Amino acid sequence: MQEALFWVLTFIAIACSLGVVLSRNPVNSVLFLILTFFAISGHYILMNAQFLAVVNIIVYAGAIMVLFLFVIMLMNLNADVEPQKSRLIQLAGALSGGSLLLVLLAATRTAILSPLEKTPNDIGLVENLGKVLFKDYVLPFEISSVLFLSAMIGAVVIGKKGDEPNREVASGEQLDGMDNLIRVDESPSPHTTQTASSSLEAEEFNA
Amino acid sequence: MPTQYYLFLALAMFCIGVMGTLMRRNAIIIFMCIELMLNAVNLLLVAFSKMYGHADAQIMVFFIMVVAAAEVSVGLAVIVLMYRKVHSVDINILNRLKH
Repeated sequence: MQEALFWVLTFIAIACSLGVVLSRNPVNSVLFLILTFFAISGHYILMNAQFLAVVNIIVYAGAIMVLFLFVIMLMNLNADVEPQKSRLIQLAGALSGGSLLLVLLAATRTAILSPLEKTPNDIGLVENLGKVLFKDYVLPFEISSVLFLSAMIGAVVIGKKGDEPNREVASGEQLDGMDNLIRVDESPSPHTTQTASSSLEAEEFNA
Repeated sequence: MPTQYYLFLALAMFCIGVMGTLMRRNAIIIFMCIELMLNAVNLLLVAFSKMYGHADAQIMVFFIMVVAAAEVSVGLAVIVLMYRKVHSVDINILNRLKH
C-alpha cells in the first residue's frame, strides 16, 4: 500500500514538474507547480511529517502560488506573448540539466543509507516539533519574524517606486527600456542646474 | 522504503528545476523553477530527518519555507516593477548590465 502510494506520488511529482518546465502557457505552469506541491505534501504525509505537509499546503500551494497567479493575471501573460528561447539553447539547457542529473546520480548511487522504517514515528508531529522549535530554535524563530517584517516593507517600497514613471507614460513620454529607470532616478540632474545657471548668466549679461 | 528512492526523486526534481532555469526566458517561470529546486531540497531534508530520527532537519525545512515566502514577496515585487518599466518579463531585455 505504502509502496504503491510512493510510486504514484513520485510519478505525479516528476510529471508535473516536467509540465512546469515544458508548458507554453504560464498559467498552466503555475497549476502544474501547485500539483507538484500537493504531491510533495503527500510524500511528507507518507514520511509521517504531518506538520510540514500542512505547512507546505498552506504556505506554498495557498499563499505563494496565489501570489504567482495574481502577478501572471496582472500582466496578462499567455502562450502568445510567451518569449521562447531558440531550439539550440533549449537543447543545450536540457542536455546540461540531464548531465547534472547523471553526475549527481553517479555520485550518490553508492551512498550507504539506512532505510526509513528503523526510526521512531512521532518526530514529525506538531507536539514534538513545537517543543523543539520553542526550546532550541527560539532565536531563529524571532529573527525570522524580523525578516518577514523587512520583506513586507521592502515589497511595499519596491511596489510604490513604480508609480512615477507610470505618470510619465501617461503624459506621453517615450518609454525606452531600462533607460527610463536611470532617467527617473536622476531627475534633479546637473543638466537642469547648469541650464538654470547659464540662463542666470545670460540675464546678467543682458543687464 | 529505502532512503535512496527519496534521494533520487529529489535529485530528479532539482535537475528539472535547473533545466527549466536554463531553458525558459520568462522571469516568472524561472522564479517558479527556483521554487521547485527549493522544494526538492526540502523533500530530501525531510527524508534524512526521518532516516536519522531527528527533528532538527524538519525545523530547518520550516525555516526554508519562511525564507522562501519572504523571497517570493520581494522577488515578485521586483518583477512587477520591471514589468512596469519595460512592459515585458523577458530576461533577454534585462541585459543592460553587460554594456
